[in-house]
Amino acid sequence: MKNPLESISGTIISGVILTIVLVFFLKNFLMAGA
Amino acid sequence: MEYMAGIARWLHFIFGITWIGLLYYFNLVQMAALKDAGADGTAAGITKHVAPRALFYFRWAAVGTWLAGAALLGPNLADAFMLRNGFAGIGIGAWLGTIMLINVWHFIWPNQKKILGIVPATDDEKAKARRVAMLASRTNMMLSLPMLFFMANGLSHAALIGL
Repeated sequence: MKNPLESISGTIISGVILTIVLVFFLKNFLMAGA
Repeated sequence: MEYMAGIARWLHFIFGITWIGLLYYFNLVQMAALKDAGADGTAAGITKHVAPRALFYFRWAAVGTWLAGAALLGPNLADAFMLRNGFAGIGIGAWLGTIMLINVWHFIWPNQKKILGIVPATDDEKAKARRVAMLASRTNMMLSLPMLFFMANGLSHAALIGL
Protein backbone atom coordinates (compact mmCIF):
# COMPACT_ATOMS: atom_id res chain seq x y z
CA MET A 1 0.00 0.00 0.00
CA LYS A 2 1.29 3.44 -0.93
CA ASN A 3 2.12 5.87 1.87
CA PRO A 4 -0.71 8.46 1.82
CA LEU A 5 1.81 11.20 2.70
CA GLU A 6 3.43 10.75 -0.74
CA SER A 7 0.67 12.90 -2.25
CA ILE A 8 -1.06 16.13 -1.26
CA SER A 9 -4.52 14.58 -1.61
CA GLY A 10 -3.50 11.62 0.58
CA THR A 11 -2.10 14.01 3.18
CA ILE A 12 -5.31 16.06 3.28
CA ILE A 13 -7.55 12.97 3.47
CA SER A 14 -5.38 11.59 6.30
CA GLY A 15 -5.65 14.91 8.15
CA VAL A 16 -9.44 14.99 7.82
CA ILE A 17 -9.74 11.37 9.03
CA LEU A 18 -7.43 12.11 11.98
CA THR A 19 -9.58 15.15 12.85
CA ILE A 20 -12.75 13.01 12.91
CA VAL A 21 -11.03 10.33 15.01
CA LEU A 22 -9.78 12.90 17.54
CA VAL A 23 -13.20 14.59 17.82
CA PHE A 24 -14.74 11.16 18.46
CA PHE A 25 -12.04 10.43 21.07
CA LEU A 26 -12.60 13.80 22.77
CA LYS A 27 -16.40 13.53 22.88
CA ASN A 28 -16.64 9.87 23.85
CA PHE A 29 -13.70 9.45 26.19
CA LEU A 30 -12.33 12.76 27.46
CA MET A 31 -15.70 14.51 27.79
CA ALA A 32 -17.72 11.45 28.76
CA GLY A 33 -19.63 12.19 31.96
CA ALA A 34 -18.56 15.84 31.99
CA MET B 1 -4.31 41.03 32.44
CA GLU B 2 -6.91 41.08 29.63
CA TYR B 3 -4.45 43.10 27.54
CA MET B 4 -1.75 40.46 28.04
CA ALA B 5 -4.11 37.69 26.87
CA GLY B 6 -5.14 39.85 23.91
CA ILE B 7 -1.54 40.49 22.93
CA ALA B 8 -0.65 36.79 23.36
CA ARG B 9 -3.61 35.80 21.12
CA TRP B 10 -2.57 38.43 18.53
CA LEU B 11 1.04 37.18 18.48
CA HIS B 12 -0.15 33.55 18.38
CA PHE B 13 -2.09 34.34 15.20
CA ILE B 14 0.77 36.30 13.56
CA PHE B 15 3.40 33.64 14.29
CA GLY B 16 0.96 30.83 13.54
CA ILE B 17 -0.03 32.23 10.15
CA THR B 18 3.66 32.69 9.28
CA TRP B 19 4.52 29.13 10.38
CA ILE B 20 1.61 27.25 8.84
CA GLY B 21 1.58 29.49 5.76
CA LEU B 22 5.21 28.56 5.07
CA LEU B 23 4.44 24.89 5.83
CA TYR B 24 1.73 24.95 3.15
CA TYR B 25 4.09 26.82 0.80
CA PHE B 26 6.71 24.08 1.18
CA ASN B 27 4.19 21.29 0.61
CA LEU B 28 1.99 22.84 -2.05
CA VAL B 29 4.52 24.94 -3.99
CA GLN B 30 8.20 24.38 -3.29
CA MET B 31 8.35 20.56 -3.38
CA ALA B 32 6.72 20.43 -6.82
CA ALA B 33 8.69 23.46 -8.04
CA LEU B 34 12.01 21.84 -7.01
CA LYS B 35 11.14 18.69 -8.92
CA ASP B 36 10.51 20.69 -12.10
CA ALA B 37 13.47 23.03 -11.49
CA GLY B 38 15.77 20.03 -11.02
CA ALA B 39 14.75 18.80 -14.47
CA ASP B 40 15.71 22.05 -16.23
CA GLY B 41 18.73 22.92 -14.05
CA THR B 42 17.26 25.93 -12.24
CA ALA B 43 16.87 24.43 -8.76
CA ALA B 44 19.80 26.44 -7.36
CA GLY B 45 17.72 29.60 -7.48
CA ILE B 46 15.29 28.04 -5.01
CA THR B 47 17.79 26.16 -2.81
CA LYS B 48 20.22 29.10 -2.53
CA HIS B 49 17.93 32.09 -2.29
CA VAL B 50 14.38 31.05 -1.39
CA ALA B 51 14.54 27.96 0.83
CA PRO B 52 17.04 29.26 3.44
CA ARG B 53 14.97 32.43 3.97
CA ALA B 54 11.69 30.51 4.10
CA LEU B 55 13.17 28.00 6.57
CA PHE B 56 14.46 30.78 8.83
CA TYR B 57 11.00 32.32 9.26
CA PHE B 58 9.39 28.86 9.33
CA ARG B 59 11.38 27.46 12.26
CA TRP B 60 11.42 30.63 14.36
CA ALA B 61 7.72 31.32 13.73
CA ALA B 62 7.10 27.79 15.07
CA VAL B 63 8.86 28.74 18.32
CA GLY B 64 7.01 32.05 18.51
CA THR B 65 3.66 30.34 17.93
CA TRP B 66 4.27 27.86 20.74
CA LEU B 67 5.46 30.51 23.20
CA ALA B 68 2.54 32.84 22.46
CA GLY B 69 0.13 29.91 22.76
CA ALA B 70 1.63 28.95 26.12
CA ALA B 71 1.32 32.56 27.28
CA LEU B 72 -2.30 32.63 26.12
CA LEU B 73 -3.13 29.48 28.08
CA GLY B 74 -1.33 30.99 31.08
CA PRO B 75 -2.34 29.27 34.32
CA ASN B 76 -4.43 26.76 32.31
CA LEU B 77 -1.38 25.37 30.48
CA ALA B 78 -1.20 22.28 32.71
CA ASP B 79 -4.95 21.61 32.39
CA ALA B 80 -4.62 21.81 28.59
CA PHE B 81 -1.72 19.38 28.40
CA MET B 82 -3.39 17.05 30.93
CA LEU B 83 -6.62 17.25 28.83
CA ARG B 84 -8.79 18.07 31.86
CA ASN B 85 -11.11 20.67 33.44
CA GLY B 86 -12.72 21.87 30.20
CA PHE B 87 -9.40 22.30 28.42
CA ALA B 88 -9.32 18.90 26.68
CA GLY B 89 -10.30 20.31 23.26
CA ILE B 90 -7.70 23.07 23.18
CA GLY B 91 -5.31 20.62 24.84
CA ILE B 92 -5.48 18.27 21.85
CA GLY B 93 -4.64 21.29 19.67
CA ALA B 94 -1.76 22.18 21.99
CA TRP B 95 -0.38 18.63 21.87
CA LEU B 96 -0.59 18.55 18.07
CA GLY B 97 1.15 21.94 17.84
CA THR B 98 3.86 20.74 20.21
CA ILE B 99 4.46 17.57 18.17
CA MET B 100 4.67 19.74 15.06
CA LEU B 101 7.22 22.06 16.73
CA ILE B 102 9.38 19.06 17.67
CA ASN B 103 9.04 17.79 14.11
CA VAL B 104 10.33 21.13 12.77
CA TRP B 105 13.42 21.28 14.98
CA HIS B 106 14.23 17.57 15.26
CA PHE B 107 13.49 16.28 11.75
CA ILE B 108 12.84 19.03 9.19
CA TRP B 109 15.55 21.61 9.97
CA PRO B 110 18.49 19.21 10.61
CA ASN B 111 17.72 17.37 7.36
CA GLN B 112 17.20 20.59 5.39
CA LYS B 113 20.65 21.74 6.54
CA LYS B 114 22.13 18.65 4.82
CA ILE B 115 20.00 19.13 1.68
CA LEU B 116 20.92 22.82 1.34
CA GLY B 117 24.64 22.25 2.03
CA ILE B 118 24.65 24.22 5.29
CA VAL B 119 26.29 21.17 6.90
CA PRO B 120 28.45 18.70 4.92
CA ALA B 121 26.74 15.52 3.72
CA THR B 122 27.42 12.80 1.16
CA ASP B 123 25.05 12.25 -1.76
CA ASP B 124 23.59 9.22 0.03
CA GLU B 125 23.05 11.24 3.20
CA LYS B 126 21.41 14.01 1.17
CA ALA B 127 19.06 11.55 -0.53
CA LYS B 128 18.06 10.11 2.85
CA ALA B 129 17.67 13.62 4.31
CA ARG B 130 15.37 14.59 1.42
CA ARG B 131 13.10 11.64 2.14
CA VAL B 132 12.97 12.24 5.91
CA ALA B 133 12.42 16.00 5.50
CA MET B 134 9.65 15.43 2.95
CA LEU B 135 7.81 12.91 5.14
CA ALA B 136 8.24 15.09 8.25
CA SER B 137 6.88 18.09 6.38
CA ARG B 138 3.92 16.08 5.03
CA THR B 139 3.29 14.74 8.55
CA ASN B 140 3.10 18.31 9.82
CA MET B 141 0.73 19.26 7.01
CA MET B 142 -1.51 16.32 7.97
CA LEU B 143 -1.35 17.21 11.69
CA SER B 144 -2.08 20.87 10.92
CA LEU B 145 -5.66 19.97 9.91
CA PRO B 146 -6.80 18.58 13.30
CA MET B 147 -4.53 21.08 15.09
CA LEU B 148 -6.30 24.04 13.45
CA PHE B 149 -9.71 22.44 14.06
CA PHE B 150 -9.05 22.16 17.79
CA MET B 151 -7.37 25.57 17.98
CA ALA B 152 -10.36 27.18 16.25
CA ASN B 153 -13.07 25.27 18.14
CA GLY B 154 -11.46 23.98 21.30
CA LEU B 155 -11.80 26.90 23.68
CA SER B 156 -13.04 30.30 22.58
CA HIS B 157 -15.63 28.78 20.22
CA ALA B 158 -16.12 25.47 22.03
CA ALA B 159 -19.89 26.05 22.36
CA LEU B 160 -20.36 26.10 18.57
CA ILE B 161 -19.88 22.35 18.22
CA GLY B 162 -20.15 21.30 21.84
CA LEU B 163 -16.49 20.53 22.51
